[in-house]
Amino acid sequence: MTADLVIEAEGLVKTFGKTKALQGVDLAVPRGTVLGVLGPNGAGKTTAVRILSTLLPPDAGTARISGFDVVRDAERVRRTIGLTGQYASVDEDLSGRQNLELFGTLLELGRAGSRRRAVELLEWFDLTAAADRPAKTYSGGMRRRLDLAASLVGSPDVIFLDEPTTGLDPAKREDMWDVVRSLVTNGSTVLLTTQYLEEADALADAITVIDHGRVIAYDTPEGLKRVVGGQTLEVRPSDPAHLSRIAAILSEVGSGAQADEIRKGVLAVPVTDDAALTESVARFAAAGIAVTELSLHLPSLDEVFFTLTGRTASEDDTTSLKEVAA
Amino acid sequence: MSTLVAPPRTTNAVLSTAVPNPRPFRLVRHSMALAKRSLIKTWRTPEALIDVTLQPVLFLVIFVYIFGGAVAGSTHDYLQFLLPGILAQTIATGAIAIGVNLNTDIAKGIFDRFRSLPVPRSAPLVGAVLGDVVRYVIVTVSTLAIGYLLGFRIDSDPLRAIAGCLLAVLFALCLSWLPVFVAMKVRTPGAVQGLMFALIMPLSFASNVFVSADTLPGWMQAFVDVNPMTHLVAAVRGLFLGTPVGSHVWWTLAWCAGFVALFMPLALRAYRKKI
Repeated sequence: MTADLVIEAEGLVKTFGKTKALQGVDLAVPRGTVLGVLGPNGAGKTTAVRILSTLLPPDAGTARISGFDVVRDAERVRRTIGLTGQYASVDEDLSGRQNLELFGTLLELGRAGSRRRAVELLEWFDLTAAADRPAKTYSGGMRRRLDLAASLVGSPDVIFLDEPTTGLDPAKREDMWDVVRSLVTNGSTVLLTTQYLEEADALADAITVIDHGRVIAYDTPEGLKRVVGGQTLEVRPSDPAHLSRIAAILSEVGSGAQADEIRKGVLAVPVTDDAALTESVARFAAAGIAVTELSLHLPSLDEVFFTLTGRTASEDDTTSLKEVAA
Repeated sequence: MSTLVAPPRTTNAVLSTAVPNPRPFRLVRHSMALAKRSLIKTWRTPEALIDVTLQPVLFLVIFVYIFGGAVAGSTHDYLQFLLPGILAQTIATGAIAIGVNLNTDIAKGIFDRFRSLPVPRSAPLVGAVLGDVVRYVIVTVSTLAIGYLLGFRIDSDPLRAIAGCLLAVLFALCLSWLPVFVAMKVRTPGAVQGLMFALIMPLSFASNVFVSADTLPGWMQAFVDVNPMTHLVAAVRGLFLGTPVGSHVWWTLAWCAGFVALFMPLALRAYRKKI
């Protein structure tokens, strides 16, 4: 393998009672990159993160962070990682500032250092105004930012983000994406789990798709999109009478594929590159057709799974999520 | 949210691997930092102290004015006799709360965060136990204050009175490893509460808290004589009233050591296994 892998896992296995959470998972993340781990509820994403962040020993397999074994050198691993996720939260009775200062003390930053770092992170995450309120009074987005800030107190090399945007509205999600991008700009290596291909595509250098505790795909976002069918262009004309003319234009723009009416009054066609969007805009304008909606979509997780496994990422796994959490 | 794009690492001298190497006495320092967390929580939610402040009031008023005349001939004499016992009972009951709180905390995920940090594994538990000392001091002060309002007077000297208070606080501190252990073993905070109550109540009633032990039937005296609560009450009573304490202080200290020696390792082991 190449020299500078910051996160390396080979053959991770973890079983909880009858639930096989992980059945031999390999992961590799080079320095300064983002790996997106994509999968439905119960796929084993959280279990993998818990093993990599030393919270849980694997039943079999090995994992190293910055060259340190997560079991034998757990202590050193803990000094280089930051963990944010459903299960690594802050103390709700403490204020944002008190939480950050507590973690600073635990990370040996000293009293002045902890205080300074807390001020810096509160500022950075736009929490200064709420700094001295108990965390339980924070909104969902603020809580998420504080959770993330708490994992950055020690300026970690490696950051684990377990579903960082689940439950956030689209605007807050984009804010969170900006944060992740700037972390990488600053040299951190990030492993993030997500249920959204869109999120993995926006942030990740590589994507590992996990299903039932197994890796079913590992590729760049472009490679994965090629496999699962790339993007879909969706158009809703102002006047439904224009549907057939639009269908004709879309077929030409979208590399010959037939446009389908996926919802009433909405046509969709698979496209291979982003230029299709601008081209179709120009063509509609030239033809004098007004549209009320025009958008590019990546396949949903369900569609990805259907392509990769021949079945949908069904909800049959919600129970095993609880088991994994236990 | 434009502030979000500012660099998070560069302004600080501490860069990534530069998190300093552990300095000595890490367990102590980290435990103290985590104890401070418990203190802030107590400070923020004073209503959580209601149980330990209201209980002694109720017990003192009920027992002194209902049973006092019958048991001791006079309510004042009975108050003098009863207050040290009520203090011991209240402080022991107060130790239950730590188990309830820890059981709640662990379900929430803050402990996972602690475990992902380079912090000694036992520090969060040790910190929580130490942080509760303040609660025990509050219990002691409020019970004595209520006693004073009702007419209780310390008959010894301030030094011995303080020694009695410290002994009670130490007892609760050591005993609290039992509820901590229970909290690691059962699933819900309610179960911790129920189980601990079932343990503490017989200890405080089958003792010398309410009546002198020599009035009890012989078979029960055998239990009362080894009951740690009996020793604590006898010691505190002696220290408050200036009567002989005999070997009760030593027995109490021995029980304290026993609680820590047995339940602290069990609790820490259960904690490591739990998550």
